Amino acid sequence: MTDTLIDLTYLVASVLFILGIKGLTHPRTAVRGNLLGASGMLLAVVATLVTKEVLGSGTQGLGMIVAGVVLGGTIGATLALRIQMTAMPEMVALLNAFGGAASALVAGAVLAASSAPSTQTSVATVASGIIGSVTFFGSLVAFDKLRGLMLPDKPVLFPGQQPLNVLLGLTSLGLGVWVVNEPSALMSYGLLVAVGSLLGILLTIPIGGADMPVAIALLNSYSGLAAASTGFVLNNEILIITGSLVGASGLILTRIMCKAMNRSLMNVLLGAIGEENTSVQDADEVYAGKVKSASAEEVAMLLDGARRVVVVPGYGMAVAQAQHQVRDLANLLEGNGTEVEYAIHPVAGRMPGHMNVLLAEADVDYDKLREMDSINPSFEQTDVSLIIGANDIVNPVARTDPSSPIAGMPILDVDKSRTVVVIKRSLSPGFAGIPNPLFAADNTLMLFGDGKQAVLDLIAAVKDT
Amino acid sequence: MDDFLPLLTIFLLAVFVGFEIITKVPPLLHTPLMSGSNAISGITIIGALLMVAAEGQLSTLLGFGALVLATINVVGGFLVTHRMLGMFKKKD
Repeated sequence: MTDTLIDLTYLVASVLFILGIKGLTHPRTAVRGNLLGASGMLLAVVATLVTKEVLGSGTQGLGMIVAGVVLGGTIGATLALRIQMTAMPEMVALLNAFGGAASALVAGAVLAASSAPSTQTSVATVASGIIGSVTFFGSLVAFDKLRGLMLPDKPVLFPGQQPLNVLLGLTSLGLGVWVVNEPSALMSYGLLVAVGSLLGILLTIPIGGADMPVAIALLNSYSGLAAASTGFVLNNEILIITGSLVGASGLILTRIMCKAMNRSLMNVLLGAIGEENTSVQDADEVYAGKVKSASAEEVAMLLDGARRVVVVPGYGMAVAQAQHQVRDLANLLEGNGTEVEYAIHPVAGRMPGHMNVLLAEADVDYDKLREMDSINPSFEQTDVSLIIGANDIVNPVARTDPSSPIAGMPILDVDKSRTVVVIKRSLSPGFAGIPNPLFAADNTLMLFGDGKQAVLDLIAAVKDT
Repeated sequence: MDDFLPLLTIFLLAVFVGFEIITKVPPLLHTPLMSGSNAISGITIIGALLMVAAEGQLSTLLGFGALVLATINVVGGFLVTHRMLGMFKKKD
């Protein structure tokens, strides 16, 4: 195959990637879009395999290629088929990690293989090395936090953290200059990757659990940028095009997530929630004597008489794996003639779109999954808002108290509905660490218990009424 | 530097294309967008293939590591996205 033909194939593959992402603009076309993307990838891989550099490299190279593809393919397929939908944030964190690492490794390999790389190659190698290693270790930290393995869900902060990060950033740039000046000294690239790795860890540990959607989106963007800079290393257009598409995608999601929390990216990255001069009301003062607890039977009576019910899921629903029970309850209510919809806050859960995937898994019609801005005006006509495992995203303090840590964050206006039912284990605060006056409001009933069990009790009680 | 400017041009234009399309992806599909974009960022697999085949033990070794990781991304990413998208259904 001639070089021109290969470049043309790469161009076709790039177009397929763009069409593939375009398919994701609607659930009807999304499956086809993903398949278009996959065929673009297949095309690009085949075109690369038949180049003389790869095919002509002898049997040893081909043997390793087959081994690598079989090994990676097996791991990838196993992960993809086994992973539970509730664990999707962890899966994406891992994929981000691998993407970043692959880019840094390829850049290192180019440096090792070429005797006198051009300035463009060596500068791009430095960029791939830094971004790739930050992505890899940052994503591993995110993965660890999401799984609850070694690191706490809470932000990890220590004195001198920011100056240390700045110092590490400058060190990696200094090492970068060394790599560019003396590309044959591979030691320098190794050190660069080591410093980048440390930086990746330190940049991610201050990010707390509920801020994970931002961290994951940002790391997604980094993994794209790492691929793009590897494209500059190899002088390869398709890597550049694809990497910049993914980089843009991650950045857009990051911006959407930050906006949905009314916080700046800096504020999230520094783990600064609740750090500033914010006033936090005393929980006893907010709750004392005002919280009304209800039984499943009482709530069932309410639901039975309701014409419109809105379900508000949060991370707690994912933890309790209650999405199927929620769907059963909704089906039961719909059978009684009640209108049921779901209100999805952009940062509900641990990654962008987390709640939508869980409810889709439970066979909920995607037309019933409503975005915040579109469902908020309808709460006034809602008889019962049923909150399952959500807290900060329905805290009216965001609207009323400008000194609160969540001041100005757009929330779901559930407090405007006739009755609010909150399914929750206890009155413990959400991620922002503040009490929620909604729980003490006149029109709120608390149904204390585990998410899944409480919904099962509700189902039984609704059947009895 | 002869190669650099055209590549930079492609990079910037692709960023704009990315912004234009991705802004239109509804929040409903943000999770599949992330896993799907991870799959296509596995395009580094191309670089990995070239490096495994390149001369020199170190670059072959690094390339092999990259090949395994990038293949996980490609296969895992497309497959999990496909699985997820299959769940988004409309009744009636």
